[in-house]
Amino acid sequence: MNQAVKDLQQQPPSHILRSGAARRWVLSAGLTTALVALPVFAVLYLALFPEDNIWPHLINTTLPLYLSNTFQLMLGVSLLTLVIGVSTAWVVTMCQFPGRRFFEWALLLPFAVPAYVIAYVYTDLLDYPGLVQSWMRDAFGWENASNYWFPNIRSLGGAVLMMGLVLYPYIYLLARAAFMEQSPSLFAVSRSLGRSALGTFFRVVLPIARPAIAVGLSLVLMETLNDFGTVDFFAVNTLTAGLFDTWMNLGNLGGAAQIATVMLAFVLILVTLERYSRRRQQQFAARDLREPLQRFRLSRGRQGLCLLVCTLPLLLGFLVPALVLGYYATEYFAESWTDDFVENSLNSLTLSSLAAVSTLIIGLLLAYSRRLHDTPGMRLLMRLSSLGYAMPGAVLAVGVIVPLAAFDNWFDLRMQNWFDWNSGLLLSGTAFAIVFAYTVRFLAVSAGSLESALQKITPSMDMASRSLGMPAGRTLLRVHLPMLRGTLITAALVVFVDCMKELPATLILRPFNFETLATYVYQYASDEMLRQSGLPSLVIVLAGIVPVILMSRSIGQSREFQ
Amino acid sequence: MSIRTAVIALATVACTAGSLQANAAGEVNIYSYRQPYLLEPLLEAFTRETGIETNVVFARAGLAERLEREGRNSPADVVMTVDISRLSELVGGNLTAAVETDTLTGDIPENLRHPEGKWYGLTTRARLIFVSKERVEPGAISTYEDLADPRWEGRICTRSGKHPYNVALFASMIAHHGEREAETWLAGLKNNLARRPQGGDRDQIMAISEGVCDVAIGNSYYYGKMLEDENQLPAAESVNLVFPNAEGRGTHVNVSGMALTQSAPNRDNAIKLMEYLTTPEAQSIYAKVNYEYPANPDVPPSEAVASWGYLNPDSLSLNEIAANREAAVKMVDRVNYDN
Repeated sequence: MNQAVKDLQQQPPSHILRSGAARRWVLSAGLTTALVALPVFAVLYLALFPEDNIWPHLINTTLPLYLSNTFQLMLGVSLLTLVIGVSTAWVVTMCQFPGRRFFEWALLLPFAVPAYVIAYVYTDLLDYPGLVQSWMRDAFGWENASNYWFPNIRSLGGAVLMMGLVLYPYIYLLARAAFMEQSPSLFAVSRSLGRSALGTFFRVVLPIARPAIAVGLSLVLMETLNDFGTVDFFAVNTLTAGLFDTWMNLGNLGGAAQIATVMLAFVLILVTLERYSRRRQQQFAARDLREPLQRFRLSRGRQGLCLLVCTLPLLLGFLVPALVLGYYATEYFAESWTDDFVENSLNSLTLSSLAAVSTLIIGLLLAYSRRLHDTPGMRLLMRLSSLGYAMPGAVLAVGVIVPLAAFDNWFDLRMQNWFDWNSGLLLSGTAFAIVFAYTVRFLAVSAGSLESALQKITPSMDMASRSLGMPAGRTLLRVHLPMLRGTLITAALVVFVDCMKELPATLILRPFNFETLATYVYQYASDEMLRQSGLPSLVIVLAGIVPVILMSRSIGQSREFQ
Repeated sequence: MSIRTAVIALATVACTAGSLQANAAGEVNIYSYRQPYLLEPLLEAFTRETGIETNVVFARAGLAERLEREGRNSPADVVMTVDISRLSELVGGNLTAAVETDTLTGDIPENLRHPEGKWYGLTTRARLIFVSKERVEPGAISTYEDLADPRWEGRICTRSGKHPYNVALFASMIAHHGEREAETWLAGLKNNLARRPQGGDRDQIMAISEGVCDVAIGNSYYYGKMLEDENQLPAAESVNLVFPNAEGRGTHVNVSGMALTQSAPNRDNAIKLMEYLTTPEAQSIYAKVNYEYPANPDVPPSEAVASWGYLNPDSLSLNEIAANREAAVKMVDRVNYDN
């Protein structure tokens, strides 16, 4: 291939950038990133001033254990979510079997169940007094716990299982979008050249879907590192537990910020390694939209297998917890039914929707600026803007308070000096602070998926549009957005549901007399009144389901199938 | 132009959010580490009596940081907590204001408040030992020190050693015995654990009824709450309560408490609320709702709580316990208590 053609494939020619419009794009991206990265830098700043050097004590005592638990947890959750997410995505995209259309959206349902909720549901089921062991004792005539062995759910393995069951939809979503976007002829060509179906899957299909799957996996890993509810409940001491211990018990916020920084570095290294290993790959799925996707026609036995692959995660990750929560909800209905529900639900819905919209807009701005101006600097901005996701929510919340309160106090002082008027706290302690925190935290979700989707659109599209006199902004609206529809919907959905479930940051930032569904659940759960929180938990799950169904339907329609 | 839209959207959010802000007029703002449902009956009664509206934010972490960052503009008037550690942290960060009125100092005994009035205890809870009715002879265990006796090897359950309730207990052991002896004791206790520390205080009582262990440590009020819950009643009925060291220095107690903030915009109302919470009426409601002991010595505990046995509280000042907290946390790490 000659150099000129190569250049064309890399990126739009640089003369496009000489236009003022493109420069404005890049400038806006820079400013937005600065704003979004503020809380993260606030945490790094806090890390510079610890109350006390915690490291000697940590290294001599618990650090090795925190590290090994964290690694094992990450490894376990990665494997489990990859296996479930990729296999289900492939099956519902490419195989013809009864119930396929139902599973297409139903497989997303576990995503609506917060990890801390599923953890407590299974603990209740599998603990000694729970249904399972009670039944076993009755059946075998055992007296008490010393008569038999039963795996302890409150363990590292238990935590892996719980998180895997609710986090796999990240991978499922992104892998499925990637499988749907790739050209069906690729598979056919590989088969006609004599590769087996399985071989084709591993050598052709997966490598093409890899960028999307990698984004999904990095989201899963960040969520895993972030989780405090589950590991706390299961008494699995990870780095996150150490972080909270340093903050809450030793009163050393700076030390906690240092641990958060270490975790952040950790995630960055992982993501960078993955990208580095893909550095020589360039792919454009020049998909012909008229080309229908031919699903595999399978034997009855194989159809049964497909059914099993899809049923298990749905059953364990959603149906069981929903049924148990439903049972608690009826059992404690009188105690937990209050008038606050509508209000809390509305609060959750409003904040989550606002955050979904703002992450989408900012994510699009960043991903598209990078397309217009793909330089190392721009790539660095992309990375910086998604750092918030790799920070535990509670720490990030403090990072949000720092700049907002500083601004408020500065502004208040100015107003007093100039107009003798007290503006008080304008931003901190308001709903704005929560939406801002959600945006900072979940921007990685939308920016990451939009970026990988944009990379798949061949630059010749841009060039055709631009050479016909369409400016960058209009090209985005008229050419790219229609092609990105599925990804946009997916990203909005993921962010929305994530915000519905978000707990630690919401707790710290919310205004007076203001509850979301998650904080409402937490009030009970934090006081060892788990069963009483059944009803509000169920409402979180149900509230998460509706958008899941609505949006996944429209994703399904974004490609014509036969 | 998407950027402009984004800016406008965010600005709109900011403005609507800004209008949600509390205005100082006949109200009092509370940052609470305590569940709202425990406070609600009291706050309602307070509003009925005084006409002052109450606003609450509840969280388990981060409120102190929020208070600090909000600085002199913070809307919070009163902070309520469930543990001495949080209170001493607030004092340490210079976030609480000294307040002393005849009512406050008259109602709350000296060992349950800050010497300058930077925090006040409202209720106390005793850290008890629960033993199996079936498998432990009455009188076989009577002190915290007994928990390290090798005869209990593999028979004790506790929640995480890092939990504030355990940290405070271990800090009191350091105060009474010195750090070295306390660490030997803690290592002995760890050696007697039947399983890795997990769950909450109720789970330890459940574990006794399951035959996992014979002895557990837990706060007094959890027992009361378990008697209320038909699912947990059988477990609660399978244990006897021990008030440790009742014959000696007394049983370790922790407080739930309150403090006035430095920045309080509604200072007068805040002090009214604090004074109200120490009155006999409020004290008995507060203690009854959560099966705790009133901090006001003139107010008897509820009948249910009194029926569990007589509490002779350790007179060790809570300020002393707060001073030993960090040493206790590090001790927990050194004996590798949680793993």
